[in-house]
Amino acid sequence: MPDLLIELFSEEIPARMQARAAQDLRRLMTDGLVERGVTYAHAAAFATPRRLALALTGLPEATRPVREERRGPRADAPQKAIEGFLRATGLTREQLEEREDKKGRVLFAVIERPGRNVDEVVAETLEEVIRSFPWPKSMRWGAGALRWVRPLHSILCILHDDQGARVVPLEIDGIRAGDVARGHRFMAPEPFAVRSFEDYAARLEAAKVVLDPEERKRRIMADAASLAFAQGLELVEDPGLLEEVAGLVEWPVTLMGPIAPEFLDLPPEVLRASMKEHQKFFSVRNPVTDRIEQFVTVANVETPDHGALILAGNRKVLSARLSDAKFFWENDLRAVREKGLEGMARKLANVTFHSRLGSQAERIARIEALAREIAPLVGAKPDMAAEAARIAKADLASEMVYEFPELQGAMGRRYALEAGHAPEVAAACAEHYAPLGPSDAVPTAPVSVAVALADKIDMLAGFWAIDEKPTGSKDPFALRRAALGVIRIVLENDLRLRLRPLFAKADPRCDADDLMAFFAERLKAHLRAEGVRHDVIDACFALGGQDDVALLVRRVRALQAFLEQDDGANLLAGYRRAANILAAEEKKDGVEYSLDPMPELAEPGPERALFEALDRAEAEIAEALGAEDFARAMRAMAALRGPIDAFFEAVVVNAPNAAVRRNRLCLLNRIRAVTRQAADLSLIEG
Amino acid sequence: MTQADKSGAPRSFQEIILRLQNYWASKGCAVLQPYDMEVGAGTFHPATTLRALGARPWAAAYVQPSRRPTDGRYGDNPNRLQHYYQYQVLIKPSPPDLQDLYLGSLEAIGIDLAHHDVRFVEDDWESPTLGAWGLGWEVWCDGMEVSQFTYFQQVGGHDCRPVSGELTYGLERLAMYVLGVDHVMDMPFNDPDAPIALSYGDVFRRAEREYSRWNFDVADTEMLLRHFEDAERECAAILDQPARDPKTGRTIIMAQPAYDQCIKASHLFNLLDARGVISPTERQAYIARVRALAKRCADAFVAAEEAEAAEEAGQGAPAPVGA
Repeated sequence: MPDLLIELFSEEIPARMQARAAQDLRRLMTDGLVERGVTYAHAAAFATPRRLALALTGLPEATRPVREERRGPRADAPQKAIEGFLRATGLTREQLEEREDKKGRVLFAVIERPGRNVDEVVAETLEEVIRSFPWPKSMRWGAGALRWVRPLHSILCILHDDQGARVVPLEIDGIRAGDVARGHRFMAPEPFAVRSFEDYAARLEAAKVVLDPEERKRRIMADAASLAFAQGLELVEDPGLLEEVAGLVEWPVTLMGPIAPEFLDLPPEVLRASMKEHQKFFSVRNPVTDRIEQFVTVANVETPDHGALILAGNRKVLSARLSDAKFFWENDLRAVREKGLEGMARKLANVTFHSRLGSQAERIARIEALAREIAPLVGAKPDMAAEAARIAKADLASEMVYEFPELQGAMGRRYALEAGHAPEVAAACAEHYAPLGPSDAVPTAPVSVAVALADKIDMLAGFWAIDEKPTGSKDPFALRRAALGVIRIVLENDLRLRLRPLFAKADPRCDADDLMAFFAERLKAHLRAEGVRHDVIDACFALGGQDDVALLVRRVRALQAFLEQDDGANLLAGYRRAANILAAEEKKDGVEYSLDPMPELAEPGPERALFEALDRAEAEIAEALGAEDFARAMRAMAALRGPIDAFFEAVVVNAPNAAVRRNRLCLLNRIRAVTRQAADLSLIEG
Repeated sequence: MTQADKSGAPRSFQEIILRLQNYWASKGCAVLQPYDMEVGAGTFHPATTLRALGARPWAAAYVQPSRRPTDGRYGDNPNRLQHYYQYQVLIKPSPPDLQDLYLGSLEAIGIDLAHHDVRFVEDDWESPTLGAWGLGWEVWCDGMEVSQFTYFQQVGGHDCRPVSGELTYGLERLAMYVLGVDHVMDMPFNDPDAPIALSYGDVFRRAEREYSRWNFDVADTEMLLRHFEDAERECAAILDQPARDPKTGRTIIMAQPAYDQCIKASHLFNLLDARGVISPTERQAYIARVRALAKRCADAFVAAEEAEAAEEAGQGAPAPVGA
C-alpha cells in the first residue's frame, strides 16, 4: 500500500489563490484517481508561495482488472452501425462475439481491462490535473504552451512505502518529475531528494520552509501577540490580513516597530487602512491611550542583524505612506472647514451613479427627500435626517476615500464632527451603509436608520424602475443585500412602516408589486434559518397589500405557531375539505359560488350552527386584526374547527334541491373568505 | 571604477544606473539608449511594446526618462516627480531563470539579499492605452516596491508568442533606498566627492518647478487637443498607405513611424489630463482612441515582420550583384 507525494514547484503563487489551489489539487487528484480505480485512505494538501503539495496515503499497487460486456447491433445490421460499434469499443470485428438473442444474432463486445499499476494511473491523472488546473488567472511563459499561475519549474512525484520511494514517470512540456525539492529561496536554495511525506516536511522545515499554511498563521499570531504583549500593547487581529500575509512567506519572521510620532494623531482607521492596504502590516494598539502606536510586519527571511535593516526599511516606507495619508487628511479637513461637507458633496454632481439613474448628487437629493419622509416613522427629526442624508456620502469626494475606498462612512463621520454637525448626524454618515453582510450589525439610532433605509430603498426602487433586477447569480448592484438590509433594519428595530408608498416616493416608475414580491423572497431566505416555513410566508403575503414587514412577520409567526397545534392542523383539514368540494363543484358547474349564503335556507342543527360560528369568527378575526392581535385571530379561526367538522358530519353539500345546494356551496366559500382575513390557507403545503 | 567600488555600496544615482547597465550587458542584453520621445513609462519604448510582438528573440535593457504630468509637485515632494527615470529590461522568450537574473541585479547595485527581505507580491500589469496585459508581481524590498516584474501575455490585442519577461525599476525610488536618502532632491547624482558634486535637485529641481506650472496651469489646451487629433490622424494616414512603396518597389509597412504618433497622442492625453480638462466619461473615450492606434500599430508591426520573414525565405541565397 504505497503513499503518494506530489509537489508542484513554481514562481510565487498569489497569496489569495493558494488555499483554493491546494483544495483544488486535492479534489481533482483524488477524484481523478478514484475515477480510474485508485482508492486512498487519507489526503492532505498544502500551499506555500512557491509550492502546492499533496500527500495521499494507502494507495493500491494496481487497479483491479475490469471485465465489461457491451451489447451492440445485430450481426446482420448495416455495415455503418457495426463500424460505429467497433469505433466505440476499440475492437475489431473478429474480436466481437455473436450471441443468440430474442432479436436474433446480436454482437457483443467483451472488453477486458487488465489492472494498471498505480504509477501509470498517477502519472496520467496528474498530467490531466496540471493541464486543466482551474486557476482564476493563468499564463504562458518563455516559448512554451503550458499554462500555470506563474512559471512552473519542477514536479516532485513519488510513491513510497516501507521498501523505499520511486519516482512516478511523468514528463509535461519538458518538465520531468523527480524526487527533488528545494528549500527557502534565500536561506536554503540547495535541492534535496525526499523519500516520503514525513521526510519531505521535516527537510523543508530544516530548509526554512513551513509547509502548512495553518502552522505559518499560528506562528505569526503567536509571535505577533507576544511581541505586542512584551511592550504592554495589543495586536489588532485581522484574519483576512493574516491569511494573506501567511501566503507571502515560506518562513515567517515577525517584526514589530513604532509608528513615527508625527502620525500618531491620524484617525486609527486611517492608520490601519494605510498600513494594511499598502504594506500588509498589522496594527498594534496601546490599550492605555487607545491609539495605534506600532506595526507588525512579517518578513520571509532571518538575517544576521535579526531584522534590524528590514525593520528600518519598512519604517521608512511606512513614513512615506503615512505622509501621503496625512496630506489627504489635512487637505480634507481644510476643505471641510472652508466649505463644509455640503461643499465637498458638490463635486458629486460630476460623478455618475448610473447612466440611467443620474449623478451621485441627484441620488443624494432623492435620498434626502426619502429620509425626510421616513424620519417620523422611525422616531427621527425630519430636518436632522435630511441633513444627514445630504452629507452622508460627501466623503466619497474626499481625498482620503478616493485613496482608501474602504474608509467611506468612517471618514464621513470624522469630517461631519469636524464641520460641527450633531453627533447623530455624524453617526449616520458612518452607519447608513450598514448592514453590509448578514453578520454585520444594523443601525439603531433613528437618524442613521432613516438614512440607511432611504439609501437602500432609493437604490432598489431606482434599479427596479430601469429594470436592472438581479437575475440568477448576477446581482452587480448588490440589490439582494440592500433588500435584506431593509428587512433586518425593520425587524431588528421593530419598526412599523409601509414600504409601498416609499417605493413610489423613491421612484414612481418602479413596479411596486414586483419589488414587494422580491422582498417576500428575501424575507423567506432570511427567516429560513429560524425555521420559518416559506409556505406560511406565502399564505400571509398572498393576502395582498402586505408591505409592512414587521406586521407581516408577526402574522407569519402566529400562523406557523397555530398550524403546529392540533386545532390548527384540524382546521386546515376542514378548510381543505371545504375548498376541495367547492373547487370540484365550481369546475363542474362552471360558476363561482361567491354570493353570501342565506341563513334562512339553512337547516337547523350543524348547518345553522356553522352560519353562526362564521359570523362570530368573522367579527372576532376582524377585531383581532384591527388590534394586530394575530394570536387571537388564529384562535378565532380555530373556533371554526368544531362547527366545520360537525357540518361535514351531518350535512350533504350536494343536496337534491338546487337552491339548497347552491346555498351550501356559498357557505363553503364563506369559510374560505372568513379564514382568508387571517391567511390564505390554500397556500399551506403538506 | 575599481573592483572595491564594484562590490561595495554605490555612492550616487548614476552609479546605480551604470551598474545596472553593466549587469544587464553582462547577461547578454543589448544596452539601448532612451527613446527620443516623451513617454509615460519605459514600456512605451518601441524596444518593449513592439519587440514584445512577433516571434523573433529579443533582449534589451535601457534607461527611459518618463513623464507623468499629474505627478508634478514643483520639486517639493520627497518622492513625486513629473519627470523621472525607469530602467527597463525586456527578454523574449522569458528565460527560465529570470527571477534569479533579476535578484542578481539587486545584488549588483548593493542590495545584500542575506540582509534584506525581498518578496514577489502579486501585481498583474495592464495598460489600457496599449491594449496590453501580463501577469507578474511587484517586487518588495523591506516593504518597498522596487520593481515591476511581468510576463507579457498580450500587447496591442495580440497574444505574445513567445512570452516576453519585462522588468521595470523605478530608478529614483530604488536609488533613494539604496543610498539612504529621504528626499529625492538631496540624492547625489554624480559622485559626492567629485570636484563638482551634483545632487538630483541641482539637476532637476528647476525643471520640476517649471514643468509643474506649465503642466497644470499654462499648457494651451486647445493646442494640445489639436495636436492630439493631428497625431491620431497622421497615425491612421501612415497605416492606410499601401504596403508596397511606389518609389523603391519594396514592401515597407511603416509600423514604427505610425507608433511614434501613437506615443505622441498618449502623452498629449496625459497633458490634457493634468490640465484637468478631461471629464471622467471623456477619459475612457480618449484611452480607447489611443488604444485603437496602438492596436493598429501592433497589427502593422506583426505584418511587417511577417513580410520580412517571407522576403528572407523567398530570397534564400543573397541576390546576385547588380540584380
